Amino acid sequence: MKKQKEMKNIKSTKNVIFYGLIGGLAAVTLASLIIIIGYILINGMSHINLEFLTQEPRRMGKEGGIFSVIVGTLMVTGLGILIATPIGIAAAIYFTEYSKEGKGVTLIRFFTEILAGIPSIIFGLFGFAFFVIFLGMGWSVISGGLTLAIMVLPTLIRATEESLKTVPMSYREGSLSLGATKWQTIIKVILPCCRPGILTGLILGIGRAIGETAAVMLTVGGSLRLPSSIFDSTRTMSVHLYVLAAEGLSMEKTYATAALLIFIVLLINTSANLISSKLGGNNGN
Amino acid sequence: MKTYEKIIEKLILICAVTATISVALITLFIFKSGLPVLADYGVFNFIFGTTWSPTNGSYGIFPLIAGTLSVTLGALVIGIPTGLACAVFLAEILPKHWAKAFKSAIELLAGIPSVVYGFFGLVVLVPAIRNFVLPIYKIFHPEASATGFSILAGAVILAIMILPTIVSISENSIAAVPREFKEASLALGANKMETIVRVLIPAAKSGILSSIILGMGRAIGETMAVLLITGNMAKVPSGILDPVATLTGTIAMEMGYASPTHQQALFAVGIILFVIIMLLNIFAQLSMRGMGGSAR
Amino acid sequence: METKFEIEKLNLYYGTFQALKEIDMSIYGNKITALIGPSGCGKSTFLRTLNRMNDLIQGVKIEGMIKFDREDIYGKDYDIIELRKKVGMVFQKPNPFPKTIYENIVYGPKIHGEKDKSTLDHIVEQTLKEVALWEEVKDRLHKPALGLSGGQQQRLCIARCLAVEPEVILMDEPTSALDPVATSKIEGLLEELAEKYTIVIVTHNMQQAGRVSDYTSFFLNGKVIETDKTEVIFSNPANKKTEDYITGRFG
Repeated sequence: MKKQKEMKNIKSTKNVIFYGLIGGLAAVTLASLIIIIGYILINGMSHINLEFLTQEPRRMGKEGGIFSVIVGTLMVTGLGILIATPIGIAAAIYFTEYSKEGKGVTLIRFFTEILAGIPSIIFGLFGFAFFVIFLGMGWSVISGGLTLAIMVLPTLIRATEESLKTVPMSYREGSLSLGATKWQTIIKVILPCCRPGILTGLILGIGRAIGETAAVMLTVGGSLRLPSSIFDSTRTMSVHLYVLAAEGLSMEKTYATAALLIFIVLLINTSANLISSKLGGNNGN
Repeated sequence: MKTYEKIIEKLILICAVTATISVALITLFIFKSGLPVLADYGVFNFIFGTTWSPTNGSYGIFPLIAGTLSVTLGALVIGIPTGLACAVFLAEILPKHWAKAFKSAIELLAGIPSVVYGFFGLVVLVPAIRNFVLPIYKIFHPEASATGFSILAGAVILAIMILPTIVSISENSIAAVPREFKEASLALGANKMETIVRVLIPAAKSGILSSIILGMGRAIGETMAVLLITGNMAKVPSGILDPVATLTGTIAMEMGYASPTHQQALFAVGIILFVIIMLLNIFAQLSMRGMGGSAR
Repeated sequence: METKFEIEKLNLYYGTFQALKEIDMSIYGNKITALIGPSGCGKSTFLRTLNRMNDLIQGVKIEGMIKFDREDIYGKDYDIIELRKKVGMVFQKPNPFPKTIYENIVYGPKIHGEKDKSTLDHIVEQTLKEVALWEEVKDRLHKPALGLSGGQQQRLCIARCLAVEPEVILMDEPTSALDPVATSKIEGLLEELAEKYTIVIVTHNMQQAGRVSDYTSFFLNGKVIETDKTEVIFSNPANKKTEDYITGRFG
């Protein structure tokens, strides 16, 4: 009897430790998220004001705002997404609508997955060797945009594919049976069903592009001047944050830049979540 | 009408192979730019040379490899148990709607740019290590570096950064374990804890393994965060509070001012990094395919 | 009597499995032909060869000949798009697109090049009247089609099919997902449609075949056992297997 009771005690102590450990570690994870975001927002938000957003940086970013950096970020990110979106959507269409099972397709898919795993510094080296040097584009918005386009491609393909897969087969049959061609079916029936999924992928791609630093640093350069064309060098917010932090130029501006980045990331995540939960189930049936 | 459809199909095929072509181009250009140095200097000397001093023509990257490995290992030691705990917590313990919220929190963690992690490490973690951990550590190792820029700082930040990868894939594979396994175990009188430890985790092990490999790949490839907090000293470390330079950090930092030969050497570092990451990725892909789940 | 489809020695394989065996059949214009038989007998597969919907499935191989208006539809230069325009299809489960009622109907005419707004409006009204749906939906033409009831959705799908002005309508168990009231509405519709169109309908419901069709064809294990006038099949079938099936002795 006594022995049994002891066994039970040991068991319950073990249980307490086990659940305590799991709960504790999960709590630590959540806490680190809150601390990181909270710390940066609290220290940075107060330094974000109209002047910071609309003035050009002075004395290497020590004073003034980050207007040219914001413009640079928009240009590089925008160009990257603009190039990647049609290619990514088309690639996803190929995988779900056109490709037949076979060795070739398996290989293409495999390399698409591989592309997603390549670290950003490698993209940076590649972009530098290929776009900047080999194609002679120099440190420029276009070099960075093309590099980013390749980087976000897997994200876009994956998101589009996931949502193409949720379109019921009966829609395709319905359209084809009316004498529509495959392409008409895709454009007029299938893609409209996927708008929320594609949009979510797009937003996540933008998030990845905005936060990207290493690859951008090696392909766009670090000029603080307002770029006048896509062939100019510029600086994105992430690169700016790195330079400020590494060189200790101005704590105030560094915190403000970091907070702005975090703010954008929060915005992006929230809107992606909203889109996928609000519009996710519109395929009916 | 028909030719028009055929042209579109061809165009779409081109888009589909863009990713593959990119991988080929990336491989080509990294190797093309870095191979001369590897050939001149010798692969063995390059990998096992202990002096990295590009301005003097010494291209031994062993210290960088040691730096990368120590930071990565540290990140895994912290990240694996934490990640697994979160995965179990999500899949088995939290009620559904709470799990959803917790999941979005983890996703948010993945969305924070690495340079922000680096900055946070720089202003919070490094001083904290300097002020709280170092004094204790110094009692045992009086020689220790006193800055706080260290393997430990890098490991902690990287651990947080690889959590989303480990948690999401592990959670998926734990959740994919057939209900029957769980029910059978519970029916035999095992409690929930025993079921989790003895049945669920072993059944999900290939997914968990893939998550760890992918997390490891991410840690090895991570650049900006490490660059800001590990101190960038190309020396083989002797303790967890030593500063180190990593493969990625060195490339990022030195590329901006490197001479042409130095640049080639950095590309050669890129080759080594690329090969390591490729092997890990291929391994992870294969192990995912083994578990029959979809690769993420 | 005009022959719409002439099928000769049709064989169909899914990979190595032979789903249709040596089928010979004629389908007559402006008549309703019902295809009956136990599930898995190949009747749906056969139906889908008539507008080449099986082309969508990987690994399908077809031998033999199907002539539509005396032209081989599996011939090398045959235009599938034209075929599907002339041979429309209504599916087992109503499958309106997630668009408005109006957009569902004008989808076909639009992809075939009709742009004129008043013509499109006319087509919508005309076809909806043909399927007796006009009165029910005329005030909400621009509301989502998925908001309709199952029976209404199916009639909308028939209207969508009519909007392309087909000659033949293939129906794959069009009432199996519907309740009895909706079913009888659609059956009533079939008689009227038969005046203008050729209809081939797959049904697992023998009473339905008996009620609506002019000709009935009995399928078993991928073969056509017997094709004849419906009243002959149901009263005096030539084949013992047909009789067994009709009288419910197996299947």
